[in-house]
Amino acid sequence: MAFAGVAILCLLLLSVSGIVLARRRGGDGLVYGGTGMVCAVLTVWAALRLAGGGVDEVVLPLGLPWLPAHLRADALSAFFLMVVNFTGATASLYGWGYGRAHHAGHGPEPGPVLPLYPLFLAGMNLVLLANDAFVFLVSWEFMSLASWLLVLANHREEGTGRAARIYLIMAGFGTACLLLAFGLLAGGSGDYSFAGIRAHVPTALAGALGVGLVLLGAGSKAGLVPLHIWLPLAHPAAPSHVSALMSGVMTKVAVYAIIRVTFDLIGEPVWWWGGAMLVTGAVTAVMGILYALMQDDLKRLLAYSTVENIGVIVIALGMALVFKAAHVPVIAALALSAALLHIVNHSLFKSLLFFGAGAVLSATGSRDLGRMGGLIHTMPVTAFLMLVGAAAISSLPPLNGFVGEWLLFQAILNGPTLPQWILKILIAVVGAAVALAAALAGACFVRAYGTAFLGRARSPAMETAREVNWAMRWAMAVPALLCVVLGVMPTPLLRLVEPAARLLVEAGPFDGRAYQPWFWLAPTSAVGNSYNGLVFLVAIAAVSAVLGLGIHRWASDRVRRSIPWGCGFTEPDPAGVTQYTPSSFGQPIRRAFGATVFRARDTVEMPEPGDVRPARLTVRMIDPAWAWLADPLVRLVNRAADAIDEIQFLTIRQYLSLMFFALVALLVLVAAIQQWH
Amino acid sequence: MTSLLLAVLWQVVQLALVLALAPLLTGWVRWVKSRLLARRGASPFQPYRDILRLLRKDVVLAHNASWLFRASPYMIFTAIWVAAGLVPAFTSHLALAPSADLIALVALLGSARFFLALAGMDVGTSFGGIGSSREMMIAAFAEPAMLMIVFSVAILVGTTSLAEIADFMVSGTVGLRVSLALALIALIMVAIAENARIPIDNPATHLELTMVHEAMVLEYSGRHLALVEGAAMLKLLLYMALIACIFLPWGMAHPGDGVGWALWGLVTFTAKMAVGGAALAVFETSIAKMRVFRVGDFLGGALLLGILGAIFLFVSRGV
Repeated sequence: MAFAGVAILCLLLLSVSGIVLARRRGGDGLVYGGTGMVCAVLTVWAALRLAGGGVDEVVLPLGLPWLPAHLRADALSAFFLMVVNFTGATASLYGWGYGRAHHAGHGPEPGPVLPLYPLFLAGMNLVLLANDAFVFLVSWEFMSLASWLLVLANHREEGTGRAARIYLIMAGFGTACLLLAFGLLAGGSGDYSFAGIRAHVPTALAGALGVGLVLLGAGSKAGLVPLHIWLPLAHPAAPSHVSALMSGVMTKVAVYAIIRVTFDLIGEPVWWWGGAMLVTGAVTAVMGILYALMQDDLKRLLAYSTVENIGVIVIALGMALVFKAAHVPVIAALALSAALLHIVNHSLFKSLLFFGAGAVLSATGSRDLGRMGGLIHTMPVTAFLMLVGAAAISSLPPLNGFVGEWLLFQAILNGPTLPQWILKILIAVVGAAVALAAALAGACFVRAYGTAFLGRARSPAMETAREVNWAMRWAMAVPALLCVVLGVMPTPLLRLVEPAARLLVEAGPFDGRAYQPWFWLAPTSAVGNSYNGLVFLVAIAAVSAVLGLGIHRWASDRVRRSIPWGCGFTEPDPAGVTQYTPSSFGQPIRRAFGATVFRARDTVEMPEPGDVRPARLTVRMIDPAWAWLADPLVRLVNRAADAIDEIQFLTIRQYLSLMFFALVALLVLVAAIQQWH
Repeated sequence: MTSLLLAVLWQVVQLALVLALAPLLTGWVRWVKSRLLARRGASPFQPYRDILRLLRKDVVLAHNASWLFRASPYMIFTAIWVAAGLVPAFTSHLALAPSADLIALVALLGSARFFLALAGMDVGTSFGGIGSSREMMIAAFAEPAMLMIVFSVAILVGTTSLAEIADFMVSGTVGLRVSLALALIALIMVAIAENARIPIDNPATHLELTMVHEAMVLEYSGRHLALVEGAAMLKLLLYMALIACIFLPWGMAHPGDGVGWALWGLVTFTAKMAVGGAALAVFETSIAKMRVFRVGDFLGGALLLGILGAIFLFVSRGV
């Protein structure tokens, strides 16, 4: 524990030194290097703690005199610390390389980023270590504000201001909800340490309200629909390594808050809490990926895809909760380990994909898919690593995304054993939603990868793009490698998360199995339902070797180069204008799924024959979350602000009487409440 | 140990069998179709000749084709070949059966489609893009429907392992079930869509605006085209074997059965494929191709049937 404390202090010191070093030559190397080292060490520390088990608590005499700060590292914290700091380490390496790459051209100046970057990581670490509501909320705000300022790092860019403003509002809303939730769950005793909250058994109403408020508060940070509106604006606006941290890891800290409260602090769960999470998660997953499919901005597409993945994680958590409520710990552990595995997986491939998007951005200056194309020729390493990321996030076997999904499907298959018939139907529908989201994710990443890296260049900047520097390449290669390793051999990681599962649902992921040889996933019984990535990979390798040898032996291996077949169109087409664009690629899906959800309409404006104007295709879409929730709210807030604005220009006497009457009103209220009790 | 050795042997036989039989099935369907259209039709063995000829031809590659374009046919073929090797055809005693279940099989087919769609976009012509985009739309409907079918069957049988599903079905304890009927119809609909058959796509078309699969592979030639075409043939066989394995597993050998049973399994499997191919040909000649945007309605129906089947079982089991 002292070790983690020293590490976080180091991060704070690095943050302070960042202010001075930002202007020095090589200062960024010191700050990023230091942050990366601290994160790497913390990752190892957390992994060892997780493997070793045990709980470490400490009470620091910090804060108000009668309110010391409680910190605690148990298996759940250790798991999340491992995830956060691993991505922190790769992001630091990447950030350093990104800064180098940007000296040449576009991008943010290091000045504002350097001091805030370690601060952001320190905030996230502290949230995970907090053991009372005060430390939790203060570090939560720390994390929010540091990331908010990082979003503003590119403040000269168009749209950043709006993104930051909406983020600030949503962050404030989230913290307020969490504040209320902790207040409700702690009850009247005034003991806001997590031990106190855990000991206090809330009434049914307070428990339900508490879960609702946590889903609102942490859900807005994680990006649950319809509170996701800030996320696709703010995540892409930050520098790419910060985007990766925000999308890949900060959303996980929010998921940690959901898990900590619903599985640990609140006590015995009620089945419909899990049901509510299943519904929210399913809506989030499908809507998130549909939004992603409509995006032309690569980083925004990735941010929306995070919304989808958070939906899948929340579905897995909901499954774990309903099985916990039904006292079937083995299946609850299966669902929970699916959630934890997906948390690791998403932090790996999402950071990889954001790093790749940043690499493309720094090499070409563009995030617009409609202007990319053909980057596989100019940036071969980035293109290959991005392919691994795209395949992993589309849950293709034998990569890691598939294993998480496989475990989730196995948990869903146990849905019929639940006692509530409404849950049985709901889980079948949620299963369809997960499958739909997975299929749409495949379409989304074929579209994104195909238009960015394949085909022909859609703008001149693509042809002059150069491969990024070694630091950025290694920062992408490490998570890519882990995507493969975890897909082929997920069992060691599942064994690692066993203490966390035991802590939350009183069972481990391997408890239901009759046999446990290495590298076999057979979660529920000795027969059937098993998966072995290693054997699978060996089989695929053997079959492709036979195929390759056979083709090499029997087929002609001569290759001629020629122009592509354009149905008679043989004109040189340097800008690749006859290619399918990202919007045309998305059109069938937009038409099939978006017509009702987004009220998507394509209108074609065709000039008369003989007219030389180009034809124009306009796509109009409405984001329902904005149209029905955010915009009316914004109008309401603005109107309220206008109303309150009136009292800004009163005389002293009027102010004094206003305060007097407010005081009297409050006293009357207190008296009434006392009387009522 | 001998059991494992036998399982490995049957696995290799299975892989060889699907490879040998797939072109014949496609040729058979084409031959029956021509007969039904009162044409003479090419011999059912024509696909073997086509593939051999393609293998001997040079590859003509577009100037800007990347390594992904050249590697994709191998990856697609491997993925579908392994997937076809996982479906018990003549025996459920297969070495790979426990390492990959029905969910893994669906995902493996998903990988093949992922790379096929990417390859379609690699050269950067409009046809590739149009094919890839439509293929992914069809997949967005077909994959959830497929998984719902998997759910229905898995809940009924209690496992997602194909070999065990076949063993269970043949034991006859299932009886006639509404859910199974719904799943069967849905699976046939998905199989038609996934194999680019009429009414979703026309496997014989070369009219660019109506096609999906052919548009994606338009740039392929030589050995690459042979692999892509071979993969499509394997996929047709795979889906038919899948339907046979889940819904008509009779005649299949099981772990512990002798070689004689396996031979009998080979005979029944071939017979099943012949009947299935003829049925497909009859169906294709009696129906017209639908517009691309009607595909959503067609597969949406399959998805709905799948969900309904799964919900029936979710509600009826375990009460």
